Amino acid sequence: MRVALPLRALVQRFGLFFLIVTAFSLMLLGKADSLAFERFRASVVDVVAPILGVMSRPAEAVSDAVANVREVAWLREENARLREDNAQLRHWETLARNVSDQNASLRGLLNLAPDGMLSYVTARVVADSGGIFVRSMLVNAGARHGVAKGHAVLSGEGLAGRIGAVGDRSARVLLITDLNSKIPVVIESTRVRGLVAGDNSARPKLVFLPPNATAAVGDRIVTSGHGGGLPAGLPVGEVAAVGSDGIRVRPFADLDRLDYLRVVRFQDVVPPVEATRTVERTK
Amino acid sequence: MTSGLLLRLDRLSRSIAPLTLSLGLLMIAALPFRLPGLGRVAPDVALIAVFYWSVYRPDLFPAIAAFLLGLCHDALIGAPLGTSAFVLLLVHALVRSQRRFFVGKSFVVVWWAFGLIAIGAALIKWLTAMMLALAPLAIAPALFQWVLTIALFPFLAWLFARTQASVLWRR
Repeated sequence: MRVALPLRALVQRFGLFFLIVTAFSLMLLGKADSLAFERFRASVVDVVAPILGVMSRPAEAVSDAVANVREVAWLREENARLREDNAQLRHWETLARNVSDQNASLRGLLNLAPDGMLSYVTARVVADSGGIFVRSMLVNAGARHGVAKGHAVLSGEGLAGRIGAVGDRSARVLLITDLNSKIPVVIESTRVRGLVAGDNSARPKLVFLPPNATAAVGDRIVTSGHGGGLPAGLPVGEVAAVGSDGIRVRPFADLDRLDYLRVVRFQDVVPPVEATRTVERTK
Repeated sequence: MTSGLLLRLDRLSRSIAPLTLSLGLLMIAALPFRLPGLGRVAPDVALIAVFYWSVYRPDLFPAIAAFLLGLCHDALIGAPLGTSAFVLLLVHALVRSQRRFFVGKSFVVVWWAFGLIAIGAALIKWLTAMMLALAPLAIAPALFQWVLTIALFPFLAWLFARTQASVLWRR
């Protein structure tokens, strides 16, 4: 015990310094090589995700109750608005049916090559993580449900983000407003390509448009499917403002009120070179 | 023999109570409350915990506890690993070195000191976030978070004080 005493003092004196240096180097190392760190982070999240899943039930009940009260107050107006919407949607439905039939028969005529395969997994948001410089969420589906990094994540209204990291039974969704989010898109009406890049504000920017291309307020933005990983045609948002600050996009997804999300498991079209290689390998 | 083991387990669980309580609060703070904008500026529970325990029970909250709490925080919110741990360790070190100042002071003085330390922590967080993102970031969210954290401080301090009185034995 007596020998241990000076040792203890030494540890106490340098322990703090050592920990501070460790924390700082973790920051820099994480920037350089993120794979090992990502795995560590995913395993921590995997442990807490089930606990968060249970704990988020009461939180959900509270927010539901608040929403209910709010809804009762607006019931009358809401009803009138919905009736109007319904009439409009019926019109669109007939139109969509016609176009979809026509599309199917034209595709048959042209013998069009099919796009990649799509399937969905529904997941619940278990943590709306409170980082001030990060826009992400945790959902309770992971690798065991077929979720992989890069998959698109949809809310009812549109693209919410992409899977940034996966654990076994949890995954982190990087929202389209996050600083590190870049989504290849096209402007639906003009087919002009660009990128929707987040900057941590509520309205991401539309950047890298070809020279002389313009966008108008109200233009719909959808994913282009370029660069792989994302299927084409997922609704992203509409142009909200065009100004000196660049082109701002209002996301269709209400990112403040996400509860259930759909993860789009997308198998990309395999490039021909790789396809022949796999065929050779299987021979 | 068994009672000795039980006693030890009891002591151990009591001595890690500050850390486990802080971790629990961290998880509650991350729950989806779906209040518009709250997720972006949610109060920094970890900072309050580290400050409180470093002032009142540093024997039960060593630097390694602040480090672990910071790592868990980063993993949970998806921030670059080590950023919170770095800030929390600095706060821990500062409070420990100035502990004599806090002894016997009224709650308002401690609260005021927390506000000062919290703005320093917010600035360091903002600077490290910019350094790692290699891009200019708005400082407004950090300031909003600072205000909310100060507002939450009395409530958490009360909770910690109750825990301290009921679970932890007197020194």
